[in-house]
Amino acid sequence: MKKSVLALAVMGFGAAGIAHAQEVVVKLGVAAPLTGAQSHLGKDIENGARMAIEDYNAKGVTLDGKKVKFELMPEDDQADPRTATTVAQRLSDAGVKGVIGHLNSGASIPSSRIYDQAGIPMISPASTNPKLTQQSFKLVYRTIANDVQQGLAIGKYAAGHLGKKVAIIDDRTAYGQGLADEVEKAVKAGGGTVVGREFTTDKATDFMAILTKVKSKSPEVVVYSGMDSQAGPMLRQIKQLGIGAKFITGDGGCTAEIIKLAGDAIGETAYCTQPGLPLDMMPGGKGFTERYKKRFNNSEVQIYAPYAYDAASAIIEAMKSAGSADPAKYGPAIAKVNFPGVSGKVVFDAKGDIKDGAVTVYQFKGGQWVAQ
Amino acid sequence: MDILLQQIVNGLVVGSVYALIALGYTMVYGILGLINFAHGEVLMIGALTALQTLGVLERIAPDLGPLAQLAIALGVAVPVCMTLGFLMERLAYRRLRNAPRLAPLITAIGVSFLLQTVAMILWGRNYHTFPQLIPTTPLEPVSGVFITPVQITIVVVSALMMAGLLVLVNRTRLGRAMRATAENHRVASLMGVDVNAIIGATFVIGAGLAAVAGVMFASNYGIAHYAMGFLPGLKAFTAAVLGGIGNLGGAMLGGIVLGLVESLGAGYIEHLSFGFLNSSYQDIFAFIILGLVLIFRPTGLLGERVSDRA
Amino acid sequence: MNDLVASIPFLGKRHPAVARWGTLALIILAPILAGYFGRTWIRVLDFALLYMLLALGLNLVVGFAGLLDLGYIAFYAVGAYTWAFLASPHFELHWPIWAILPLGAGFAALAGIILGFPVLRLRGDYLAIVTLGFGEIVRIFLNNLNYPVNITNGPQGINGLDPLVLFGWDLSRTLRLGDFQIHSLYLYYYFFLLCVAGAVILIHRLQISRIGRAWAAMRDDELAAKAIGIDTRAMKLLAFSLGATFGGVAGGLFGAFQGFVSPESFSLMESIAVLTMVVFGGMGNIVGVIVGALALTFLPEILRHVAVPLQQTLFGHVILDPEVLRMLLLALAMIFMMLWKPAGLVPAQARYSRPGLLARERP
Repeated sequence: MKKSVLALAVMGFGAAGIAHAQEVVVKLGVAAPLTGAQSHLGKDIENGARMAIEDYNAKGVTLDGKKVKFELMPEDDQADPRTATTVAQRLSDAGVKGVIGHLNSGASIPSSRIYDQAGIPMISPASTNPKLTQQSFKLVYRTIANDVQQGLAIGKYAAGHLGKKVAIIDDRTAYGQGLADEVEKAVKAGGGTVVGREFTTDKATDFMAILTKVKSKSPEVVVYSGMDSQAGPMLRQIKQLGIGAKFITGDGGCTAEIIKLAGDAIGETAYCTQPGLPLDMMPGGKGFTERYKKRFNNSEVQIYAPYAYDAASAIIEAMKSAGSADPAKYGPAIAKVNFPGVSGKVVFDAKGDIKDGAVTVYQFKGGQWVAQ
Repeated sequence: MDILLQQIVNGLVVGSVYALIALGYTMVYGILGLINFAHGEVLMIGALTALQTLGVLERIAPDLGPLAQLAIALGVAVPVCMTLGFLMERLAYRRLRNAPRLAPLITAIGVSFLLQTVAMILWGRNYHTFPQLIPTTPLEPVSGVFITPVQITIVVVSALMMAGLLVLVNRTRLGRAMRATAENHRVASLMGVDVNAIIGATFVIGAGLAAVAGVMFASNYGIAHYAMGFLPGLKAFTAAVLGGIGNLGGAMLGGIVLGLVESLGAGYIEHLSFGFLNSSYQDIFAFIILGLVLIFRPTGLLGERVSDRA
Repeated sequence: MNDLVASIPFLGKRHPAVARWGTLALIILAPILAGYFGRTWIRVLDFALLYMLLALGLNLVVGFAGLLDLGYIAFYAVGAYTWAFLASPHFELHWPIWAILPLGAGFAALAGIILGFPVLRLRGDYLAIVTLGFGEIVRIFLNNLNYPVNITNGPQGINGLDPLVLFGWDLSRTLRLGDFQIHSLYLYYYFFLLCVAGAVILIHRLQISRIGRAWAAMRDDELAAKAIGIDTRAMKLLAFSLGATFGGVAGGLFGAFQGFVSPESFSLMESIAVLTMVVFGGMGNIVGVIVGALALTFLPEILRHVAVPLQQTLFGHVILDPEVLRMLLLALAMIFMMLWKPAGLVPAQARYSRPGLLARERP
């Protein structure tokens, strides 16, 4: 006990902020994994949100006759559900007026309940699990296409362009299984048949047994719903078993990493999807990349920065139209925002999902993923 | 038919990897009666050390042939792991040799997590690509069965290692001392066996085997990762128990049987259970086999006394 | 309580009364003190209490009976999923806490017996690895039983679990007494505290009872225990099922508190974390286990607040992130405790558990 109190005291000093004299400071929270394996993606979210509030601060926002200065409060959820709820509690305690986050659906879903209890709006720029916005929490939104939209896109593309006989493999995580279920529905709706569903885990390295079984069904397309660390070795083993089917995977495998891991086993028969548009196809993409690089020491936009930018903008736009930074007052206004964001037009549907969330299909060509 | 054959081949390859790891488990358990939880982690350190070595080689001697590269990588990884094995025994386990059973076991779990964490710090959390030194492109299929040179290598290496160990244990002075120590530490020491040295040697040999297994594993799947050793380690332990722990031939047999069960299980469980179960249960076969063997035939397939050990 | 007081350095032995009342006051005021630094810390305290329940339960098995159980988290899972099945929109059931908690505890105890029976003959290492397998099997089934019939909702987990409601009083809502408001986290703290206090009293009675002494005898020398007429089979089963009961209760409370359960919360790593709490504090010793649970729940939170800023100021960037540090410290704690302080941070002082036995060299 003694030790913890000491640590708390240390932390108390750091947290003490100094408010600017004339302006009203409005704090927005960012919750994402800022340390650990996914820290580059978490940082991407933090930076995107930071750019948005800096833009609004530069333009100057006046709410209820007072000049407002936005400040960011980033918190590290370590991509862990339990830590995420602790972080959510901390942001609520700190009196943030809105939250941009979290990254992982597993973190977003339990945290959303805490934000809901505190009456704070939360907009996730990255969590794609459909359940997040289906919990009937009024103030939960997201600026990225969800897994239903992505699964639909994969299934439609697979059955429409790659072949009618589809085998689906998933990694039995919340993400992998959820996406795979949507793919299965979309394949059937698109006139294809699912010839087999196989399962592995997010820690597996050997897929020979399930791939041999897949091979016996002679599919034209293999869909893998999981992460790149499994999809890469899986591509190798598909080649080792002489399976001639095309391969498509979701955003978990739509990375540069899979290209390295698959080695010479990846070719033009490999496809993947990513929610949202590629940066250079986004309405505000070009200028955004350059500004982002300039602002953050030449770091590249990973995936989520534009969506985080739009999420922060949506909160601020709603505040502007309600003329208040009080969540109780501006919260309802988020449902009605309609403005051109970086990733596209930002309009939410009744549940809180982005309307017409785009999903892009990529094909492996010349050593990299190329948008179709 | 070709699908069944292919599944059998898959099972043999996976089983050989398990067998290779199980040899190390079984040796240590045979002598100390200790499940060295960290054995799987030694495998991981072996693979990542080899990877690191290959990275350096690429810079200083880019023209080296793949086999020479492999030899050098093994030449570095094996001694590194042997040192690690020696240190583990010396620093962590030796002091606990006479402590109650829980203490060394908990320490072993601690060592396992420590090695994983250190590897995570040194090599990061990402999966690394392991170069394909032994070709992984399949050979001409024989009656529809695809097999790659690296898979053949794994099976051959496992068999050779087991044969080599059998010779070592049954035909050499060191082996005789090991067998004596396994029987009874105190009596062995009265007979002039340096028990500490023998136990150290066992750890060193086991760790060396794990390093070889790690390099084989990484070459086959083309990846290396800080957590790659844990699950294969657990399964290899199951294989060792299945075959009869402390028995080298048993470890080999247990590994192959487990590999076949996993492979055929994943392939046919859906048929066998009328669609109720599917390949998502692949990982429980090992645990179920382990439970069943320990409860009904604790001596394992090739019977060596077990439960009175504990 | 007396043990705890006696183990406080300096004060405990000289002024036991001061120490006792001080400790009591600290326990009762803890959430208010923590709340001063933000509600987050009350939440951490709440979790610490849940982990105490878990660690106390595991301590029955590992510390008292000397059986190493690496799959303990499975019982936690059974309790949590019992709550999820019977009090959530998943099956449209909303049973009251008085029905679910005993049921969850009962199911967990049953699971403990189911595991206990076949593994009775196993000792030491084998027991550890079979229980580890059991834990994994439970997790794999929870993860996959959404097909062909959806029972557990698979990896998606079950959301929207009912909160704790005592006599129509919902603990998840802020309590208003006139102008005075008590946040839900305080309510949970005091409720969990009651549970832990109950558990401590129960376990303490157990420890000094015939059963507790039988366990101690069995742990220290099974053969001798058998020889003096202790039914070791029954004693082992009892340890497994009683330990599991605590896990089941803690699981149910966890489900209600968190409102969401999914299989990934019940991984092997959690089993190991709880085991470390027991080992760290002192196997077989109630106070030690409580201290261990408290220390190891707070540790990662403190690391987050100290390690990250410290590294940033020292090196300009974060070299070891808190999660890695936590793993590192857990691992080192396990090794060093076993090598140098096998009796734990707060060694047992009760009559019937002799820490010396654990460390004693056997010929």
